[in-house]
Amino acid sequence: MSTEHKISLTVNGESVSQSVEPRLSLADFLHDKLQLTGTRLGCEMGACGACLVLLNGQPTHACLVLAVQADGDKVETIEGLNERAAITDLQEAFFDRNALQCGFCTTGMVVNAHAFLQTADAPDRDEIRDAISGNYCRCTGYEAIVDAISSVAEKRRGNSADGGTAQ
Amino acid sequence: MNMQRKSGSTTKHIGHSHRRLNAKRHLAGRGQFVSDKTLPRMLHAAFVRSPMARGRILDIDISDALKAPGVMRVFTAAELNRICEPWSGTLDHFAGMKSTPQNILSEGDILWAGQPVVMVLAHSRAEAEDACELVFIDIEDEEPVIDGAAAMLPGAKLAAPGLTDNICFQTVLETPGVDAVFAGAAHIFEESFIFGRHTAVTLEPRAILADFDSASGQLTVHHGTQTPYQFQDLYARHFNLREGQVRVIAPDVGGSFGMKLHLYHEEMGAVAASILTGRPVRFLADRLESFVSDIHARDHQVQARMAVSAEGEILAMQVDDLAPVGAVSAYPRTSAAEGNQVIRLMGAPYQMADYRGRLSVVFQNKVQTSQYRAVGHPIACGVTERLCDMAAEALGVDPFDFRARNLIRDDAYPQTSATGYQFEKLSHEACLQQLRQMMNYDGLRAEQAELRKKGIHRGIGIAPFVEITNPGATFYGVGGARISAQDGAIVKLTPAGDVQCLISVTEQGQGTETIIAQVVAEQLALQPSAVKVVTGDTDTTPSGGATWACRGAGIGGETALRAARKLRDQILSIAGKILQADAATLMLSDGAVVDAATGTHRLDLAEIGRIATYRPDTLPAGTDISLTVAHHFAPQGYPFDFTNGIQASLVEVDVETGFVKLLKHWVVEDCGTIINPLLVDEQIRGGVVQGLGPAFFEECLYDDTGQLTNGSLADYLVPMACEMPDIEIGHVETPTLDTILGAKGVGEAGTAAAGAAAMNAVNDALRPFNASVSQTPMTPARILAVLGH
Repeated sequence: MSTEHKISLTVNGESVSQSVEPRLSLADFLHDKLQLTGTRLGCEMGACGACLVLLNGQPTHACLVLAVQADGDKVETIEGLNERAAITDLQEAFFDRNALQCGFCTTGMVVNAHAFLQTADAPDRDEIRDAISGNYCRCTGYEAIVDAISSVAEKRRGNSADGGTAQ
Repeated sequence: MNMQRKSGSTTKHIGHSHRRLNAKRHLAGRGQFVSDKTLPRMLHAAFVRSPMARGRILDIDISDALKAPGVMRVFTAAELNRICEPWSGTLDHFAGMKSTPQNILSEGDILWAGQPVVMVLAHSRAEAEDACELVFIDIEDEEPVIDGAAAMLPGAKLAAPGLTDNICFQTVLETPGVDAVFAGAAHIFEESFIFGRHTAVTLEPRAILADFDSASGQLTVHHGTQTPYQFQDLYARHFNLREGQVRVIAPDVGGSFGMKLHLYHEEMGAVAASILTGRPVRFLADRLESFVSDIHARDHQVQARMAVSAEGEILAMQVDDLAPVGAVSAYPRTSAAEGNQVIRLMGAPYQMADYRGRLSVVFQNKVQTSQYRAVGHPIACGVTERLCDMAAEALGVDPFDFRARNLIRDDAYPQTSATGYQFEKLSHEACLQQLRQMMNYDGLRAEQAELRKKGIHRGIGIAPFVEITNPGATFYGVGGARISAQDGAIVKLTPAGDVQCLISVTEQGQGTETIIAQVVAEQLALQPSAVKVVTGDTDTTPSGGATWACRGAGIGGETALRAARKLRDQILSIAGKILQADAATLMLSDGAVVDAATGTHRLDLAEIGRIATYRPDTLPAGTDISLTVAHHFAPQGYPFDFTNGIQASLVEVDVETGFVKLLKHWVVEDCGTIINPLLVDEQIRGGVVQGLGPAFFEECLYDDTGQLTNGSLADYLVPMACEMPDIEIGHVETPTLDTILGAKGVGEAGTAAAGAAAMNAVNDALRPFNASVSQTPMTPARILAVLGH
């Protein structure tokens, strides 16, 4: 269509330039145009958290942002976090605790947990439940997810105390 | 076949918490759902839906839509329906059941708000939706039938054409002495219940990508479903294809819970459109259309009475269930199955000799209801357990003691319930005892009393339950439905000595592939990680029922076990030939054939694979060199394997606001042999939360014109992390003797009784106010209403 706009942004560290319709959401841009299918659509109104990505470092509903609004921005998706090994301990904890079933909410959940643990200082279970209260999971009942995030927070704290560096 | 042969001691996997290897893909963002799948030249489908609940189509004008950018085709019923055989959601064993035949797009009658009328195919979903806006449909509005009770009144408007009344199905189940028992009972307790209509809300909405290759006549359907074989059969029969021309592939499925095993108009539309265009056609429901087109569940109005003796024995129950199910019965499993289970599961945990259950399934102008996780169980359990608590309170008996007096004794099996269900062996008493200790019941009661003095109102509720699992042909096959009662597995040793299992049961995240790997690995004395399990493709796995009614572990697991033992015996037979030894003196251990008596290593599996594949010439003439075996298994013995358990809920009710805080939940459950404790516990936890959601939040709200008024994830409340309690789980293990494995199902146990325990807990908290609630969801407004605010 003649109304397409050219946008340039950084996605998972790679420069991307594409022409997009102004109405295209960032979620559809990532999922359909860039085939970053780990960014999922569950409600398209910011209620379920399946499409959470990091936009300039902040967890953001990609369904509520237009791709053209992300022009010049830095986007990181689950694929990027996975490849730069930023979430290895979270992935391991989710795996070990079986904190996922169908997997559809998992990517948004992990992106959110990653962002939460960047700032959370020794979160208790209620704080973790609160932090993920915008991520809808129909399968697990949430307890295993809370356990997994809690165990990562604890381990990272231990590492920091030992002089290691938290992610 | 020697079934007693022992596996190596290092390779005991059944009963161990193996992790799900397929979870790693999801954690890396590499899940592969139908909504991720694209094919060359794929077209995107969108539907124009009726905005009203009842009416007649007078005119449809698609001319502007056809000219819209990116649009390839615009179908009305005249074009699309003609290649599809209509369907009717009835089964022969529901005597007298009726339902108006259905096809893809409305042929004139509007039966519910959201019914598909026109289908648009375009280069993108956005363009298809744009064109939908340009379709003009003139509908003559008619008065819809909304209320279930009103639908049954003489002279009521009819919900669908071809009906003479709005009764879909009625049945009565009764013992001869029930009236006499009620007439002579010391106590009768009664209550009216309303269980709200809710829906599955899988996070991945329904998704299908149909790909008809007109050159080969082959239809391949990528379909987010739990039952690929059922859909292979349906697509073949309704589109006049041979079964062999239809392949259904179910990749990762983003939640199903029963909702994705029903036939939907839109999915049939995608297949029809692909056949007509010769191009791949994808339909992904968005959340708004999920709410008005996915099956809804429950919606039961129940009048119930319980007769109790002076000594506190449950003597009988009488139950009337009114179940409005929408304008048509779902296909192919019908919309009568839930009500049928409601009236049959009443009082199931108890020694109760007499019973009358009456069921009326009625039509109304809403989207169809049908089977969703724990079909009928939450209603039967909720009614039974509320009446038990009412009886216990009136008689001045503790709820635990009332159950202890009435539960079927653990040493009294086999048993047949007053409704005709046969129980092989259950463990209600053991579960009751374990729960009492696990939750520190006496301590909680003391704490409750202390807090009440401070104006804090906590409530404790318990709910024993049974769950129907491992169904045989009784469910559907006897009623004429082509729904497989059996499952099949192929197990093979590859030339390099790896093992693969291709099996008909499917994975939606519950861990099917993991438990099948455990079962196979144990028979072949391998690590589960050495067994690759393949599911969800009708071209590569054997035919079977797949996943529904909690059959994956019990039936699928048994199928895999027997297939793996067949392969084990075949491996040992070939090994015997190679080693010139009696196969009976050999066994498998750690990836090798060993001497059974001494454990001495004789031959690696890889060596057997090599010889049988590349050097069969070195084996004696006539040796069967097959290293691929197949086995199919259908349950025999009891019609179902019932499981049992008990749940408890601790809540705190704010009597000023009506808000309920869920503090803790407990479950003791007996699913027979536990194949994987980790996965069993997470099935229970997830199930509990799917029971608590509709108990407190979830409800499809309709206005009196038949409009769903809360059909979005901003308006329809689902349970989120901040509202849900931690859930403690205990187990009793009573294996079924119908199978070698002894496993029963567990997927629906949590959902079966969570709401009942919660309702009893809320009412326990409300006790000082002489108030009680008997409607779900138990919203703050409803709690305040019973409190008189």
